[in-house]
Amino acid sequence: MSSGSWPLWEVFVRARRGLSHVHAGSLHAPDREMALRNARDVYTRRQEGVSIWVVASEDITASSPDERDSFFDPAADKVYRHPTFYDVPEDVEYL
Amino acid sequence: MYGNDFGQPGTTDPGAGAPPHPLNAAETPDYTDALAEYFDGLIEEDQRVEPRDAMPEAYRTTLIRQMAQHAHSEIIGMQPEANWITRAPSLRRKAILMAKVQDEAGHGLYLYSAAETLGVDRSELLDKLHSGRQKYSSIFNYPTLTWADAGAIGWLVDGAAIMNQVPLCRCSYGPYARAMVRVCKEESFHQRQGFEILWVLARGTEEQKAMAQDAANRWWWPALQMFGPPDTGEHASSGHTAQSMAWGIKRFSNDDLRQKFVDMTVPQAQKLGITLPDPDLAWNEERGHWDFGPIDWDEFWRVLKGDGPCNEQRIRTRVQAHEEGAWVREAAEAYAAKQAARHQPEAVA
Ligand SMILES: [Fe+2]
Ligand SMILES: [Fe+2]
Repeated sequence: MSSGSWPLWEVFVRARRGLSHVHAGSLHAPDREMALRNARDVYTRRQEGVSIWVVASEDITASSPDERDSFFDPAADKVYRHPTFYDVPEDVEYL
Repeated sequence: MYGNDFGQPGTTDPGAGAPPHPLNAAETPDYTDALAEYFDGLIEEDQRVEPRDAMPEAYRTTLIRQMAQHAHSEIIGMQPEANWITRAPSLRRKAILMAKVQDEAGHGLYLYSAAETLGVDRSELLDKLHSGRQKYSSIFNYPTLTWADAGAIGWLVDGAAIMNQVPLCRCSYGPYARAMVRVCKEESFHQRQGFEILWVLARGTEEQKAMAQDAANRWWWPALQMFGPPDTGEHASSGHTAQSMAWGIKRFSNDDLRQKFVDMTVPQAQKLGITLPDPDLAWNEERGHWDFGPIDWDEFWRVLKGDGPCNEQRIRTRVQAHEEGAWVREAAEAYAAKQAARHQPEAVA
């Protein structure tokens, strides 16, 4: 048994009410409870957060940088999803 | 070591060279070209490189080594100051010092996590520290003889560390840069509390003034050495400065950062009423910088290679802490296993 086998956890911190949780970093811990406590000590020593999530790193599925082009391509040719795409008269208000 | 990376004189770094023959498809010329184009493009546009991006092997090994040695410096750096926690002169100072030392443990953790994004394991890096295969900043091999040393470390050592670390907030490797942003935010308290310790001593009794002066005398030169050997001239090491700058890991040369540090620190010493132990220290109107005397690089290499006043003690203490903490890690693991078994779905039981 060694700390080498402790799983890795990703830590997400909500800085203030009204904001979403943002990835802060990672840490090793034997279980989720300890991960949460360690995350408090490592990432919020100066009141940087009001809420913490820890997620086992191995449970995260990520897109691959190798297919970054093909993966995000479908959005590239759909300019009509943006409001600036449309021609409307300039003197119409609230549009 | 403390946010920079340098080779030893007359040695070539085995990690920096490519193997003579490709070992797998990922090292064939076609692949290498495609990778180089993508990676060089990112670097050229001053974009951040992220963990799963393709990157040259030498970039990866350089970063792992630099981040590991930076992390080691943070946790070994806890020892000289921890030496004064039980003897801090007041409850206020004790609480401050504990918070500072705890921050350094945190800095170590941020950096080990950042290194792990490149596929190494923290335990592997700790092994290398414990067995002397990876170094830490030579500054921590000097003893903290008096309470004033706690002040001199905060003022000079953390001050120099900040100088090294601020440019790393723009380092090309995303996780390293982000860790540095957190570290730098915390470091400014470290520097200020150190200055405050000396500020109080420097306005105290004759003994207290002498203590502050003595600490500055002993820490000044080792602090200047923290920036690493010169980039050019007879004392330059086989160094990685040029390559690290091309890769956007490093933003300023060792000598530039050292000069900035001297320029920042001399007026602070004057304010404290402390002299710095360098007869050649003089304002150079023409350059617009402070001139300073020659640094003893032989001492630097000697201490880095193991022959400093505290090298042996630092590693012994570190290994001892690791070994004596084994039962805690094992207990936590046993508890985690028990909880996991208890929460198995009913159907399994
Ligand atoms: Fe630090
Ligand atoms: Fe610090």
